[in-house]
Amino acid sequence: MKNYIFRRLLSMIPMLLGISIITFAVIHLSPGKPTDLATSLNPKVSLEARQRLEKLYGLDKPLYIQYFDWLKRMLRLDFGRSFTDGRKVIDKIAERLPVTITLNILSLLIIAGVAIPLGVIAAVKQHTFLDRFTTIIVFVGFATPSFWLALLLMYLFGVKLGWLPISGLYSWQFSSLSLGGKILDLAKHVVLPVFVASFGGLAGFSRYTRSNMLEVIGRDYVRTARAKGLPERVVIYRHALKNAILPVVTILGLSLPGLIGGSVIMESIFAIPGMGRLFYASVMSRDYTVVMGILTIGAFLTLVGNLVADILYAWVDPRIKYS
Amino acid sequence: MKGESLSRLYWQRFRKNRLSIAGLIIVSLFFFIAFFAPVLSPYAPQAINLKEILQPPSARHFFGTDSLGRDLFSRILWGSRISLSVGFVAVGISITIGLVLGLISGYFGKKVDTLVMRFVDIMLCFPAFFLVLAIIALTKPSIWNIMVVIGLTSWMGVARLVRAEVMSLKERDFVLSARAVGCSNMRIMFRHILPNALSPVWVAATLGVAGAILLESALSFLGLGVQPPTPSWGAIITEGKDNLEIAWWLTLFPGLAILVSVLGFNLLGEGLRDALDPRAIMGKRDEHFLLPG
Repeated sequence: MKNYIFRRLLSMIPMLLGISIITFAVIHLSPGKPTDLATSLNPKVSLEARQRLEKLYGLDKPLYIQYFDWLKRMLRLDFGRSFTDGRKVIDKIAERLPVTITLNILSLLIIAGVAIPLGVIAAVKQHTFLDRFTTIIVFVGFATPSFWLALLLMYLFGVKLGWLPISGLYSWQFSSLSLGGKILDLAKHVVLPVFVASFGGLAGFSRYTRSNMLEVIGRDYVRTARAKGLPERVVIYRHALKNAILPVVTILGLSLPGLIGGSVIMESIFAIPGMGRLFYASVMSRDYTVVMGILTIGAFLTLVGNLVADILYAWVDPRIKYS
Repeated sequence: MKGESLSRLYWQRFRKNRLSIAGLIIVSLFFFIAFFAPVLSPYAPQAINLKEILQPPSARHFFGTDSLGRDLFSRILWGSRISLSVGFVAVGISITIGLVLGLISGYFGKKVDTLVMRFVDIMLCFPAFFLVLAIIALTKPSIWNIMVVIGLTSWMGVARLVRAEVMSLKERDFVLSARAVGCSNMRIMFRHILPNALSPVWVAATLGVAGAILLESALSFLGLGVQPPTPSWGAIITEGKDNLEIAWWLTLFPGLAILVSVLGFNLLGEGLRDALDPRAIMGKRDEHFLLPG
């Protein structure tokens, strides 16, 4: 096992290199220069000033040198400084990242906690009304634009019913609340974003669990378990579910980039100060260094998520021998 | 003769599922609306009428009017053209890239395969929405850029699919005989293998249109897609969201339009899959649901 983890960690190195190349290429091969916002869009800036600015950011050097410079700095976790406020990119990301990660983990937990039982029930009760109902819900859920759902729920629970706050993470009187009050306040703020973020995944995962479960229920060892006279509950939850759930674990890891990507919309709509909102703001203001930093870190997080999922998979499935 | 009976078999399998038929109907209707939008819409989509701003749905304005008095029903009908064209062009691009890379990777194998598949793995690491957003932000937001960018960032699934198909096909006898009579690699790849590897691609393409429509609406919602006053469904939602409290119809109807059309393409794609490949009824078939934009 240790050996396997070590090898997987090693295999991340070429992947990271690839990620850095694509990030760099995306930013530098597209038309428009990082300094455009400060220069050509501003007629007062002279050509000289523009060249000075380009020199400052190393934009006058050949591309491959720029790449290696950038890579070297990145290895020291130095992503440069933001074009908009001059703060260190790594600091800007570091203060936003925990929010996004926490929300995404919450969403993943909800997806796993709701979708797996739902999928199991649909599979056990195949061809019943319940099964058909969940199938339709899955299709509708998958076709629902998340930003639209967010707006409707904001309107319903925030404006019409007034039950939930519609923006930010805390109320203005947050610091004066008791500990319990603080937790409640936070929970009220995150319930809508987390629900919307997990909505699309819910549909997909319950469907996936269902088809895995159906496949397993048809296997010989499940028939054997039934033939032994085990109660149905034990057959389903001990014999079938354990095997059906394995692929779901890996797939949960694979859904991470979707969730992280979706945080742009979620955080923008609900005004949550996370990485997604920072990314959107940076994209709008063409803050290249921040955009590059977040792209790299987003891809890195995905890589780590996949690694964790693979290790979990190897850990929960004793049949898999990684040597 | 054989082709005809085969397609009849597919059709028989397809129509067994009522959901697939529903998908086909929705998609046909969608095409019809997009095609005949100028005839069907009661008002010009851009026509401003300040005397009738923020009117609720009525017999005069089926879906009400927006803050400039424009008829929402007409705007949504016209918006179908944007969604449909973005969906098709983007998917056309992604299918082309995926097909070529998948073919090359599966056919030549070895180092070429490793290289292409590593590239796919790396591309899949990026949260798709981040990548799309970054590229769009650096170019000018326009409908053409959106199409290209969505196409360039969504070909990986197709490449994997085609590769797997090609790998199993290239060991078959008909490929061997093509090689025996001296066909070039290019000819074998494109004339002999490709036509036989297409059926999963049709499914992926149909589902891909649904994905592209969703992505376009999200980008337009964020103001990075189709620019106003062009009526794109996502952009209409953005324009309406500030008036959500007094004019719910501006948010509800365009969202429903997105939902129904995406639903249609997904149902159609699933139906096609069941019809074209009955073996895939269980197992991995639901995986595409797990990686939304």
